This record gives sequence, structure tokens and C-alpha cells, in this order.
Amino acid sequence: MNQEKIINVKNLTKTFGSFTAVKSISFDVNQGEIFGFLGANGAGKTTAMKMLIGISKPTSGEAVVAGFDVKTQSEMVKKSIGYMSQKFSMYDDLTIKENITFFGGIYGLSRIQIKEKTAELIYELGLEEVADKLVSALPLGWKQKLSFSVALLHEPKIVFLDEPTGGVDPITRRQFWEMIYAEAHKGTTIFVTTHYMDEAEYCDRVSIMVEGSIEALDSPKNLKKQYNVTSMNDVFLKLARNVE
Amino acid sequence: MKTILFIIQKEFRQIFRNKAMLPIIFVLPLLQLLILSNAASFEVKNIQFSYIDSDHSAASRKLITNFKASSYFKVIQSFNSKTEANHEMQKGKVDVILEIPNHFERNLIKEKKSSLSVSINAIDGAAAGIENVYITQIITAFNQNIQTNLFQYNEATYVQPQNIVTIPSFWYNNTLNYKTFMVPGILVLLVTMLTLFLSSMNIVREKEMGTLEQINVTPIKKYQFIIGKLFPFWVLGLVILTVGLLIAKLIFNVPILGNIGLIYLFTSVYLFVILGIGLFISNHTETQQQAMFIAWFFTVIFILMSGLFTPIESMPQWAQNVTLFNPIRYFVEIIRMVMLKGATFLDISFQFFIIVLYAFILNGLAVLSYKKVN
Repeated sequence: MNQEKIINVKNLTKTFGSFTAVKSISFDVNQGEIFGFLGANGAGKTTAMKMLIGISKPTSGEAVVAGFDVKTQSEMVKKSIGYMSQKFSMYDDLTIKENITFFGGIYGLSRIQIKEKTAELIYELGLEEVADKLVSALPLGWKQKLSFSVALLHEPKIVFLDEPTGGVDPITRRQFWEMIYAEAHKGTTIFVTTHYMDEAEYCDRVSIMVEGSIEALDSPKNLKKQYNVTSMNDVFLKLARNVE
Repeated sequence: MKTILFIIQKEFRQIFRNKAMLPIIFVLPLLQLLILSNAASFEVKNIQFSYIDSDHSAASRKLITNFKASSYFKVIQSFNSKTEANHEMQKGKVDVILEIPNHFERNLIKEKKSSLSVSINAIDGAAAGIENVYITQIITAFNQNIQTNLFQYNEATYVQPQNIVTIPSFWYNNTLNYKTFMVPGILVLLVTMLTLFLSSMNIVREKEMGTLEQINVTPIKKYQFIIGKLFPFWVLGLVILTVGLLIAKLIFNVPILGNIGLIYLFTSVYLFVILGIGLFISNHTETQQQAMFIAWFFTVIFILMSGLFTPIESMPQWAQNVTLFNPIRYFVEIIRMVMLKGATFLDISFQFFIIVLYAFILNGLAVLSYKKVN
């Protein structure tokens, strides 16, 4: 595996008033890997991710994403990343094609590129028949696949996925991970948060956040060995229990 | 620039996909102009008039006939006693009670003077004031007639009554047509309200839906996003103005004496002010509901202090000073000046530059308050 560091985080901290959501976390993400970012609800995953994608200013610490400092070059960071939020965030009142056109357009793709990409994407997702339908009419699983593809429109180096499979059925979840694998195979770095521990097993490396700090970071295999358990689920429970 | 076009394209698609939008643009202005222009009139008509005639003389009857002849008064009743009349006033059935005392005619002839008592329902003070003027006019006219008639019987003391007759000439609206005055003002209200509400709800809607976050992780520039967002509403504002002006001309036949280009020039800058306010509200609220409340709050103050319904000159000095910060005030002034007086650019340059300044300040604030990073 290419060991070039594409994300480099050092002592990253975010406080809201007297509450510290993210407590001085440090980690690296290698180019091309699938990095799982795990943690219970409220552990600070989303806050940490928002700092990495440049929409939340760190209180202290440093983070370099794709070679750009998130504090001072957040707009450059945004050019190099794709983001899919846990809340479906395409325009419900636009059709699939119109959504693709819009997001392609604001990432600076030309009309010709957009046309090509749209055709490609609709073919790959098998959305030919609904391409001119409003996005609101799509089932959730399809919406998520579409969001993922749209996040990749501008061919970013890293794509951030915030609980991409929340509320999605197992088959679609499976298909979704196949898409993630395919994309990682092309060399795109995947940074994904999830609640599903079976999904954690698919990652090259995972970090587990507990109450704002990273408590564990390794490959799923090593973590299971370290905690002497058979599944990631047990690793997670052990870590979470220590807190209580 | 290309990015901006993509946003504008998207906004227009969303605007026109919204089924309520076309009626808002074309039907609302029509309804508001038709209803408000006819209803929001300060002319006091159909005054419920009653009297107590204790004299029963030729003179008293003549006086009452004069009231009956007036188109402003509706003589509804005569009472025998003041108590009875007061009772009806309490119930809200009558607006005016004229009391003609005993010996009204006799005193008029003998002492050359006589008195009348008039009671006016003054719950609406402004209307009562106007009613008082009408009543006084009728009584004065009656007085002059009666003097002339009575004094002719007495040659010795006959004096030609000294009258000063004023002949008013009403400039800019010589038939005193209320609609001519109100329609341009209501048009201002319409353009302002629609653009303010639509723009203030717009960005906050994306916040609610979560799409704003998605926008904020793209490398889009703040100014691109804002221009792309507001341009469609700017166009919409001008379309509404056009629809309104057409209605004003075709249905109300309001004169447009000045250069219509001047109205468009002013409106195009004015819309920036309104859109800036809308954007500012959008940036400082989290839900469409909050945005709507704040937009309403400002609209109500702006409208009541704009000189649209009540003259600014009759407000207390401090309130007059406050109106200087009210963009609607300037638009109301301008549109009336240009349409009814045929004002030129030179005449409106003061208001124009204030609005330009206002547009810069508000949009500056709005752009500053829009944050891609928290």
C-alpha cells in the first residue's frame, strides 16, 4: 500500500463554550485506504469530520488534508474533497439530472464534462428510467448511492462519508460498500463514519472515538487481537464500557 | 461567472417548479391592487347623521335639508331628546348628532347669532376631524345664505355679507382621485413584501433541508453563491413591478407622467436593499418560521412609517427622523413623484443616492454575516 499520508491530524481540538467535543486528537490517513471513523452517538465524530472538511474552525491543533491546512486553506481543501452528509442533501425539488448538473457546475466542471459524467453515472447506477424524475421520488437507498456518486463528480482525492448507510436495507448496504471498494480501488481515499460494526470490518484501518478522544486506532484484525475478541462489535463494546 | 449561472439556473428551476409561484407573481399583485386600492381610502363617506330639531322653524328645516343634500351624510334619524340620541351614539348607530335649539331662527334674526350643538363620534379621531370640517362647511354655507336672505327684509341695516371665497386648485391630482394616490404606493408595498419574504426564506430553507452544508463544502465563493441566490429574486421583483404598473395603467388609469425608466432604475437599486435585508435575516435565523416572523416585524414597521398610509409630516419629530432609515419611505416618495408629478432624475437624486448607499451597507453586512465556516 502506498504509505503517503493524505490526512495528517495533530492535537485537533474543538470546544463549544465549556464543552470540549473533540479532545486533542491525532492521527494519519494513508492515501488510498478506507479509513473507518467509529464512535458512539455524541462521541465527536461529526464535529471532527466537519473540521477536516473545512466547515468548522478548529479551536486548536492542526489538520492537513490533501496537502492543505484546514485552518488557513479551507477553500483549497474543499476542491480536493467530496462530502456526503448523513442527512440527504440534494435538492428534492430538482430531478436527478438537474442535481448532477448543479453540483457538477459548482465544482467547476464544464457543460460537456457534466453531460458525459451524467450519462456515465446514470448508466452505472441504472437510473435511466428515473433520470428526469424528482429526487424526492427516489427510495432512500438509491438516494444514498446517488449522493455518493455526486460527491465523486469532481474526482476528489478524498471522500468523506458521514454515516452513509444509516437506515438503508442490508442489500443496498452491501451494494454501497461495493461502490466504496470500487472507488478505493481507483486510488480515492475513503474516510467513513459508521455505527455498523460489520462495516468496520470492511475498513483497512479504524479509529474508535470515545467522548472526544481516539481510544483505539489500528486495522480491524489487530484491534480484535489486542482486545482478545472475535468481532469489532466486541472491541467497540469493551471500549465503550470502560467509560461507564 | 459560470458557477453563478449554474446557481441561477437551479434557483429558477426551483422557483418555477413551485406551483404556488406563478399565482404569487401574477394573481397576488392583481388582487392586492384591486382590493387595497379601493378599500384603503381615507375619504369619509356615508356618515350616519342624526339631528334633534327643537326649533321646527323654516331655518332649521332648511339646515337639515342641506345635510340631506350632501353626498357625505346619510341622514338616518331625527330624535326628540338628547338622551335618546346619546343612547344611539352609545350603540354605535350614529356618528353625528346635530342639535338645533329652541329659538334658533328667532335668535338668528334678532341677535344675528345663534348656536348649534354638534356631537361627533371620535373613536376614529381622523375621521371625526374630517366630519367636523364637512359639518362646518355646510353650516357656514347655510349661514351665509340665511344672512343674505334675512337681512334683505331690513333695508336699514342691510350690509353686503363679506365673503372671502377661496378657489382651490389641486395640483398633480386635480380630481383628488384617491386611487391615483394609493395605487403607486401599494405597488411599492407589493414589490417590497414579495421580494423580502421570498429572499429571506430562501437561504434559511437550504439550512433547514441540509443542502446548505453541502454547498459549504464545495469550493464555491461566497459572492458567487449570494449573487446566484439573489439574482432570480431581483428579476422577480422587476417582473412584479411591471405587472403592477400594467395593472395601474390599464385598470386604474393612473397617470405615468415621468420617465418610466427612472422608476425601473430606482427599483433595481431598491431591490438590492430589500434583498440585502432578506439575506441578512436568512443568515441570522435557523428556520423559515423565524425568518418569516422577523421579516414581518420589519415590514410592518417599514410600511406604517413609510408615508404610505399616513403623511410623514404629521408624525412627531422623532418618528420623522426614524423614517429617514426606512427604504420604503424613499420608494413611496419616488414612485409618487415620478408617476404623478413627472419628476426627473435631478428631483429624485437625493433619495436615489441614499438608496444606493443603503444597498452597499446592507449587502456588505449580509455578505459578512454569511459564513461558510463556523
